[in-house]
Amino acid sequence: MADTVLSVDNVTMQFGGVTALSDVTFGIMRGEILGLIGPNGAGKTTCFNVITGVYTATSGAVTFDEQPLAGLKRFQITKRGIARTFQNIRLFPDMTAIENVMVGVDVNHKTSVGGALIGSRRHHREEREGRDKAMELLTFMGIADRAGDAARNLPYGYQRRLEIARALATKPKLLCLDEPAAGFTPAEKQELMDLIRRIRAQGYTVLLIEHDMSLVMGVTDRIVVLDFGKIIATGSPAEVQNNPDVIAAYLGVPDDAA
Amino acid sequence: MSLSGTFKDLTSKPARAISGVGERIGEMPTVSRWSLIALFIVSMYLMPWWPEVPVLGWLVDTPGTSFEGVITDKVVIYVLVALGLNVVVGLAGLLDLGYVGFYAVGAYTVGVLSSQHANLPWLVCVPIAVLVSMAAGVILGTPTLRLRGDYLAIVTLGFGEIIRISANNAEWLGGSRGISKIAKPPNIGPLKFGILDAKPYFFLGLTFIIVVVFLLRRLENSRVGRAWNAVREDEDAAELMGVNTFKFKLWAFAIGAAIGGLAGTLYAGKVRFINPSNFPLQLSILFLAAVVLGGTGNMWGAILGGAVVAWMPERFRGFADKRVFVFGVALVLVMVFRPQGLIPRKIRKERWLVNWKPPESTPQSGEAEVGRG
Repeated sequence: MADTVLSVDNVTMQFGGVTALSDVTFGIMRGEILGLIGPNGAGKTTCFNVITGVYTATSGAVTFDEQPLAGLKRFQITKRGIARTFQNIRLFPDMTAIENVMVGVDVNHKTSVGGALIGSRRHHREEREGRDKAMELLTFMGIADRAGDAARNLPYGYQRRLEIARALATKPKLLCLDEPAAGFTPAEKQELMDLIRRIRAQGYTVLLIEHDMSLVMGVTDRIVVLDFGKIIATGSPAEVQNNPDVIAAYLGVPDDAA
Repeated sequence: MSLSGTFKDLTSKPARAISGVGERIGEMPTVSRWSLIALFIVSMYLMPWWPEVPVLGWLVDTPGTSFEGVITDKVVIYVLVALGLNVVVGLAGLLDLGYVGFYAVGAYTVGVLSSQHANLPWLVCVPIAVLVSMAAGVILGTPTLRLRGDYLAIVTLGFGEIIRISANNAEWLGGSRGISKIAKPPNIGPLKFGILDAKPYFFLGLTFIIVVVFLLRRLENSRVGRAWNAVREDEDAAELMGVNTFKFKLWAFAIGAAIGGLAGTLYAGKVRFINPSNFPLQLSILFLAAVVLGGTGNMWGAILGGAVVAWMPERFRGFADKRVFVFGVALVLVMVFRPQGLIPRKIRKERWLVNWKPPESTPQSGEAEVGRG
């Protein structure tokens, strides 16, 4: 596949005696929305953590843009173009919404202590660019009206969207969303689906972890299903939906059939 | 809960809008803003004469000791130290219990270069001492900043002690006798740095403070300040958002150390005699108390905290040997009634945002306003 943004090859992740991921292999094509689903404890978030460098895989490799990610620090992986949100919101609570996003924009900036002290031209340019970019993203996410409020004082839905804005600010080639709809009402989920589509329309590739089947079915191009750390199915939403293994994993298997 | 966790809970709660003085000054027209700032600075330079002002004089004067001496020997130095420690503890959120070490490195560098082993003038020693302190910060930080929270606190605690004990045992640093005849700052026109008049030292220290405040403000309002804040708020999230956390933590350490060293040079130049017992662990704790008392993460808080911690024991000299007790009670009272410090950290609202209007197209969503009000 020529246009694979990210490929996960035979990744196994063990914590002591527990195997969280076992020989997981999948790829993400440029411009697609790939759903990563599975029951609780299937290893979805672990998979995210391996991709973004939080964990180092026990074996296997993650290749991004034809470059191996092994050995890179987390912030370097972000610089390469993988950004993520968190299942449990992890904003910078005492910073304003706009500052949260500006931290993301700063990934592509270079001003350090020297430039800031002398007030270099680059510092001013980057600050201006940071504000404009951040404001643009907050507007895109529909939360610009609270730009000056501390993240901790924002309503829950705003916080979720602020996380996405902060991730987008790093100009990622791959955006990883970890259960972005957790705790949302159906109406809000609908809104989020539209948003994810709009994000893709801007040219981003999205990896979406989601629990809610209807959301995943409605928005993704392709789905990878994990169960107990193994991939049990891959395919289009319709294919996956009718896969007996998937149904068994989600709904359980009747005792007499097992 | 861990030590530093509790510490963070104590100090990192969001500040409720307290006075709004800063915002009100920020909204003023440029001319009145700058005249107000100028007026403030002038009144600071006039501090040695404060005891002669009717009400203020009674309030601030230190019976039993010279007020001039208190503000030069202690207040100015504590404020400078608090400013430096605030970068480490308040901005980057790294608990440093051995900050006195950097202060000692600054003072000892001046001692060694101007008296013990060479005869360099004080003014030449200062930049060298600042660089040496900074290097000490980098040397301490490089291996230890991989640690977090409690572990970092313990290692820095050890560092402060190592510096003091090494100085005590190293003959070339004067051992326990210390270093005497340290160079004093050069006379500038009518400002004669002697033993009789403390004012010139005060003016010099105040000037240092103003320069440091000016530079720190620039850092706070830059990518560097944002990175520090992000590290303090959530180090993992910061790193996953592309912040090179180690680099910025090291910068915080180095800059904090440099300011601590600068305070040390001022101290050495004033007292002109240093020995290891000038740099006890207790001083580290007192410096940290100054930052926490003033308001962790707020530069003005650190300044006020440093000044109060330096001045209060002298103000209460009338209580004789109970003055330390009175000082302790005063500290506890402040922490009970203002747990975030005298001037808590504020959520920074940029000035350009105050006038910013949301665009018409902002989609409205009817979510419950959780956590507001």
